[in-house]
Amino acid sequence: MSKTLALVGNPNSGKTTLFNNLTGSKQYVGNWPGVTVERKGGKLKKHDGFEVMDLPGIYSLSPYSPEEVITRNYLLEENPDVIVNIVDGSNLERNLYLTMQLLEMGCKVVVALNMMDLVRANGDVLDTELLSKELGCPVVPITATSGEGVEQLVARAVQIAQTQCDRKDPNSFSEEVERVLQEIGEMVAPMPHIERRWQLVKVLERDGQLLEKLKLSQGVFDKLEVLITRFEQQADDDAASIIASGRYQKIDSMLRSCYKSANVDYANTVSEKIDRIVTNRVLGLPIFLGIMWAVYYICIQTLGDETIGWMEELFEGISEYAGALLEAAGASEVMSGLVLDGIIGGVGAVLGFVPQICLLFLFLSFLEDCGYMARVAFIMDRIFRQFGLSGKSFIPMLIGTGCSVPGIMAARTIENERDRKLTIMLTPFIPCNAKLPVFALFAAAFFPEQSWVGPSMYLWGIVMVVVSGILLKKPKAFAGEPANFVMELPAYHWPRAKDILIHTWERARGFIVKAGTIIFLASGLVWLLQSFDFSFEMVDAQDSMMAVIGHYLAPVFAPLGFDSWQTAFAAITGFLAKEVVVSTFGILAGVAEATEEDPTLITTIQSMFTPASAYAFMIFTLLASPCFAAIGAIRREMGSWHWTFFALLYQTGLAYCMALLIYQIGSRM
Amino acid sequence: MMTLKEVPIGSTVTIKKVCATGPLKRRIVDMGLTKGTPVTVRRVAPLGDPLEVTVRSYELSLRKADAQNILVE
Repeated sequence: MSKTLALVGNPNSGKTTLFNNLTGSKQYVGNWPGVTVERKGGKLKKHDGFEVMDLPGIYSLSPYSPEEVITRNYLLEENPDVIVNIVDGSNLERNLYLTMQLLEMGCKVVVALNMMDLVRANGDVLDTELLSKELGCPVVPITATSGEGVEQLVARAVQIAQTQCDRKDPNSFSEEVERVLQEIGEMVAPMPHIERRWQLVKVLERDGQLLEKLKLSQGVFDKLEVLITRFEQQADDDAASIIASGRYQKIDSMLRSCYKSANVDYANTVSEKIDRIVTNRVLGLPIFLGIMWAVYYICIQTLGDETIGWMEELFEGISEYAGALLEAAGASEVMSGLVLDGIIGGVGAVLGFVPQICLLFLFLSFLEDCGYMARVAFIMDRIFRQFGLSGKSFIPMLIGTGCSVPGIMAARTIENERDRKLTIMLTPFIPCNAKLPVFALFAAAFFPEQSWVGPSMYLWGIVMVVVSGILLKKPKAFAGEPANFVMELPAYHWPRAKDILIHTWERARGFIVKAGTIIFLASGLVWLLQSFDFSFEMVDAQDSMMAVIGHYLAPVFAPLGFDSWQTAFAAITGFLAKEVVVSTFGILAGVAEATEEDPTLITTIQSMFTPASAYAFMIFTLLASPCFAAIGAIRREMGSWHWTFFALLYQTGLAYCMALLIYQIGSRM
Repeated sequence: MMTLKEVPIGSTVTIKKVCATGPLKRRIVDMGLTKGTPVTVRRVAPLGDPLEVTVRSYELSLRKADAQNILVE
């Protein structure tokens, strides 16, 4: 049987870097059963038969956020052979708080004291041997970014994994707490496989999960309640807070003996100097907007746009080559149609975006890993709170400008359930990469002189996020626990290129795999629908299944101004994938390689729409239910079909109403 | 005695009591804002909220509405 090494630690403690170091490229990503928190694992390098499990970054084991619950249940139920608790040596007090809780649980822990290079640079002195003695578990100093000490850490962890646990909890609370714990011990029977001391502390904390498992009789429960309440009244605080204070007091006293801070004046630290500028009251917002503009300019306008051109050329070349091959092999018309238009065209449509999206994710991963994203949340929180979201909602929406799928996945970092659901629902309103060709096509056909039309879609998206936030703040389903915004602002650091590349690749892979398969199938389906009739005879577009379906749909969309079967069908294909809308018009116009600048395509569109209905169509494409890939992401992240349907209904309903409003007003002007 | 919200920027105070309840209280305490801990108010966000404080030698941001529940001296 293989042994498991679980990696536990605070966010920003260098956990991901250490994980990448331990496993190299042998990683796999999945989800924890039932929840949407990422489950990452990998094989330990150079030690066969060892798995590394990367647990979510958490500050505490209080069972409130999904990450905390997962970690706790994992530690209790799956009993990893050893826990490597990564601790940021430059931020010891708060990091050791989690260590204290791990030791309370009776886990086999090796503390990896990270960022030792920083500790030394600050001139701090830390006696790791004394700390190890105080904690009662091994402490190995490392620097994850350079790999220093990692080998010793692994050796120690492997050794501990093969031994029995013989360590006892180093912490003793104040006399009053110890007395109450003893009294509780007399009332509550021990549980199998659960550390006795941890059990008693949890009973004192009134831990819901544990009390449920204990199944106490009403009599004992009432007596406990009397005991705990009396204790709380005497201490003038609630039991959980007293325990938390007790842990911190123990940490303080430990550090007094083994840690000597050089007491660098905080105002002189690099982070503080950067923050004085980037979160400055006057400069903060302009700098933020400047960075966002720069990212947008590079990824969407200039360099990113170039890469789309390269990819188009590449796929044209492949298409020509494949066409020649098929002809030489004497393939039938159906066969070459399927391969050239269906498969190569479809895959090309998706892969064409990949370099651009990678570029965008590269920048965003850098901003996230260096610590700036937390400042973005800090700066934007005031605005987002006005419509029922938090500053953390900004990041998913920013990523959503590339693709909604990773944007929706990025909402995981939002702890509050209500905020997270709302953010998932509203992120698709932000125009993603795939919607841009649709806007570009319509803008070129109807509004060549009005340069504001394209960018106005961003404005509409933002306005709809705001309006929806205010609208949905009220209903009961979203009421829930009021969100708090207690967030660490990590010290800035220069991230390793390797970690950023892995981070970027994780996001891009999500896009390529999830979007790729679906868009690939979708373009095949559209090609099928427009090339065949219901008896599967190959026909022209106007006799195809697509035309029949479009005829039925047309009356529904007539009030919005797109009343022909072609336009109605194009509106629907947007659900498959937004960029399919352009290729649908391309197919309808009889243009093989549809680009938004194609003159035939523009004339075709001009004959189908009026300026008012064109703008309404753009709004509908912007707001209506996102593509299949994003719907899939919403389903996974919401964890329920009920919520997924609500989100889709809301988005599509709003799109219909807005398009109706714009067409009806626009056509009367 | 005053609340953390009223502390002028740049001054250091000591926490006397955290008055919040439920998950919010737990979160505040878990992050190290316990009774007797010194806290320095660093700055206010460009738009006037939230606050940035230094506690246990790291930086924490919290909203004024939450800071109002923390009594300091």
